[in-house]
Amino acid sequence: MAVQAPEAAPPPRAPAVRPRRKLTGYWLILPGALWLGLFFVVPFYSLLATSLYDPNGSVLGGYDMTYHFANFVDAIKDYWEPLLRSLGYAGIATLICLVLGYLLAYAIAFKGGRWRTLLLVLVIAPFFTSFLLRTLSWKLILADDGFVVDALQSVHILGADDRLLATPVAVIAGLTYNFLPFMVLPLYASLEKIDGRLIEAAGDLYASPVRAFFKVTWPLSLPGVVAGTLLTFIPAAGDYVNAQLLGNPNTRMAGNVIQDLFTKTSDYAAAGALSVILMLIIVGMVMAYVRTAGTEDLV
Amino acid sequence: MSSVADRDLRISKLTKEFATFTAVKSLDLVVPQGSFFALLGPSGCGKTTTLRMVAGLDTPTSGSIHLGDLDVTYEKPYRRPVNTVFQNYALFPHLDIYENVAFGLRRRRSPEVARQVDEMLALVELTSQARKKPPQLSGGQQQRVALARALINRPEVLLLDEPLGALDLKLRRSMQLEIKRIQTEVGLTFVHVTHDQEEAMTMADTIAVMNAGVIEQMGSPTELYENPATTFVANFLGQSNLIAGKIIGREGDVVKVQMEGTVVSIPADRAHADHGDGWVGIRPEKVLIAPAGQPIDAPGNHMTGAYVTDVSFVGVSTQYLVRMPWGQELMAFEQNTGVRGIIPVGTAVDVSWRPEFAFLLDASQDVNAGIEEA
Amino acid sequence: MSGFGRIKRWIGDHLVMALGLLVLVYMFVPIAVVILMSFNDNSKSRNLYAFQNFTWNNWTGMCKPDGMCAAVGKSAEIGLLATIVATILGTLAAFAMVRHDFKGKSASNVIIFLPMASPEIVMGSSLLALFLSVGFSLGFWTIFIAHVMFCLSFVVVTVKARLTGLDSNLEQAAMDLYATESQTFWRVTFPLVLPGILGAALLSFSLSFDDFIITNLNAGQTTTFPMFVYGAAQRGVPMQVNVIGTIMFLISIAIVLGGEVNNRRKARALAA
Ligand SMILES: Nc1ncnc2c1ncn2[C@@H]1O[C@H](COP(=O)(O)OP(=O)(O)O)[C@@H](O)[C@H]1O
Ligand SMILES: [Mg+2]
Repeated sequence: MAVQAPEAAPPPRAPAVRPRRKLTGYWLILPGALWLGLFFVVPFYSLLATSLYDPNGSVLGGYDMTYHFANFVDAIKDYWEPLLRSLGYAGIATLICLVLGYLLAYAIAFKGGRWRTLLLVLVIAPFFTSFLLRTLSWKLILADDGFVVDALQSVHILGADDRLLATPVAVIAGLTYNFLPFMVLPLYASLEKIDGRLIEAAGDLYASPVRAFFKVTWPLSLPGVVAGTLLTFIPAAGDYVNAQLLGNPNTRMAGNVIQDLFTKTSDYAAAGALSVILMLIIVGMVMAYVRTAGTEDLV
Repeated sequence: MSSVADRDLRISKLTKEFATFTAVKSLDLVVPQGSFFALLGPSGCGKTTTLRMVAGLDTPTSGSIHLGDLDVTYEKPYRRPVNTVFQNYALFPHLDIYENVAFGLRRRRSPEVARQVDEMLALVELTSQARKKPPQLSGGQQQRVALARALINRPEVLLLDEPLGALDLKLRRSMQLEIKRIQTEVGLTFVHVTHDQEEAMTMADTIAVMNAGVIEQMGSPTELYENPATTFVANFLGQSNLIAGKIIGREGDVVKVQMEGTVVSIPADRAHADHGDGWVGIRPEKVLIAPAGQPIDAPGNHMTGAYVTDVSFVGVSTQYLVRMPWGQELMAFEQNTGVRGIIPVGTAVDVSWRPEFAFLLDASQDVNAGIEEA
Repeated sequence: MSGFGRIKRWIGDHLVMALGLLVLVYMFVPIAVVILMSFNDNSKSRNLYAFQNFTWNNWTGMCKPDGMCAAVGKSAEIGLLATIVATILGTLAAFAMVRHDFKGKSASNVIIFLPMASPEIVMGSSLLALFLSVGFSLGFWTIFIAHVMFCLSFVVVTVKARLTGLDSNLEQAAMDLYATESQTFWRVTFPLVLPGILGAALLSFSLSFDDFIITNLNAGQTTTFPMFVYGAAQRGVPMQVNVIGTIMFLISIAIVLGGEVNNRRKARALAA
């Protein structure tokens, strides 16, 4: 069954199916990368530079680059309280979100049946109504003569003159509410992947559903827990709208200070320094957290 | 080669290397025009890779592919007269059945699209499903759409990559007949890839058995079954008893082999080795047994001193395992003709077979090649 | 199983769902308030945060508050523009990431991921620092730049997911059926990725329309709808903002339910 080889085979060409000419990829990514480079990466350098300006400059007179590292010391000295509040409020809100979000995600994933998609849609739907309007609604719900306060007063959880609005409780409630969907979606994504039979099998082996939960469901959902807590904590720590609308002057968070320094006092050097500090703290905490959670390959 | 017809598919020295792995090794193949050709081999042996190179979806590392005089080795897939039925069908989910089938015609600006599509849908009995989307059809119907979509272009070669792999056994059997019928009707060259030896034997005029990137043997189903050339083919296509022997030499039309104290004669055209050690092969249904001392209807040597170690009754036949004096267990399948009752385990038996049914293989090959994969 | 065990089991089964639904209700309480307040007549009272009387006036006189409808228009304008640009750039980038190999791919991946993991206040203030240092005057275009920036990452991620899920056999089948590279792209690849692109555009628009923190820092004299609400909140919110909120909610529900109904219809057709 011999077949003569053809005389001269043409030189091999590029694969026919997916032309991967090296440059095409560059051209496609270029506009987006350029945009992010110019308006996301470069600004970080600007911010760093700003944070080292001479603090005595002004908008009108201009700023001098003096590598004034003392800006950072000053920022921490002056604003350690709002910084700590940012981290504390965001931390508490994240924990509450985790509990509520887990309940909801678990219910949808394991008890949702054919309503799963619809329930998931309902989780996302509030997203599409202005974030500010929803926050303002809480102002009304938690108002001094609102029904929540009345109810809590009637069962003596709150004293007759105690209030919810303009307290840390209101700020944390607002943060919790606003970032809950960021918790539910990644939790749902990882819970949904868990094979229901695994839990039944565990139910067989461990008898108690509570033990089955902690031995099987919880460990398997950890990637979702890590992603969800990060997605909740990061924006919550940077937020100032809730503190502004639901809090009082003593609940100011780092975001409020940065915003005011930029827009009201025009103290750009201090604002820049505080932004950099906030970013560093968050990045540091996230890295430490991801390392302990042991899911470096998350992203 | 003078017998090469105008539009045969000729593959020569075709090689495909991936980064760390050579999937197809210097493969030579001729598929005669108009034939139903099966490429049979275990999973991972390089069948899909070969097919994809013929379709133009992968570029060969070296070698060539010709359609008649036309060298298509490096031709773009949309410029060669070859169409593929994909393993998972790859129907376009956003187009309805009609548009899926019409896709190729429209790309080539063929006239009378409507008439051709209607005819093709009628051929595969899907006329009533024309306006449905692919996910709304059953597996068997999707399979027929995939077939129709490729067939309507009247390619010179139609490639089918395990087209029935996803179907259940019953549907698979009826689709085998259906595809065979369609091929006969349209008269195109079909290259059908499968790892199912029964499917290959049922459907194909010619089978090429492929293993680890090379063609082990090519021929008609009966040729391959009756006269396998390698241990792989002997084990992969059906089952074989392979017994070690020393080749004495050729005497006229036969090759004599010294096999465990008996000299057996194997027809020269069935001997694929002529010196040194060899494997004497015999298909289980060709092995005849009878309780010790009783006559056996075979002119060859009678081997004595064997006994039955296992009996399985499978309805049409009874399958015996017989332990030979040298310790090897041979398989012997006997039709349940009712002439004799089942021989119980432990019975001493004589064993024989007609010499013209035996074959001789080179002893350098692994005696177990192709057993697991079958 | 004992009767008691069965009761415990039933409670266990339904408790989780009940609590989950409670959480869901909690997510909708503020929206109910927004809808309710869109019918609130507070003209006779100075108390802005209580329901007084029912009225249609907020709906009929939607644009009465000074500058509100202009702000909505501005937000929509920026949202549309930013969405178009972010969707195009993001889709191209997603194709590059999934379909092509190039140096710096993993670096690009990190840069695309980072904006989603950075606090808005930091992104906003960095951009502001840049605009100030190069003397760019703040306004419509700085908002636009910022919005495209933070929408881009979400577009890339959404389209990438869709593209990765695409069976490459489909494109190969098209080429096998005589479609050239460009025909394969426009007749097979693009239609199949389109739902992902549309979803990304929808997400972009709502992110852009709703953004406050970054916008507020880089807006200059321009006022978007969230900025209008925030400004008004310091003085007294006109009830008409709730009308806008309600309309936004209804539109999104309509889009989402439309998609869901479409899916169900397909599923039913499938079952038939
Ligand atoms: N793109 C690829 N890169 C590396 N190895 C591959 C690739 N495609 C196939 N292979 C390898 O080549 C061998 C043959 O594959 P294939 O042709 O698909 O086998 P078959 O279709 O016979 O099951 C397999 O071992 C497979 O792992
Ligand atoms: Mg294969």
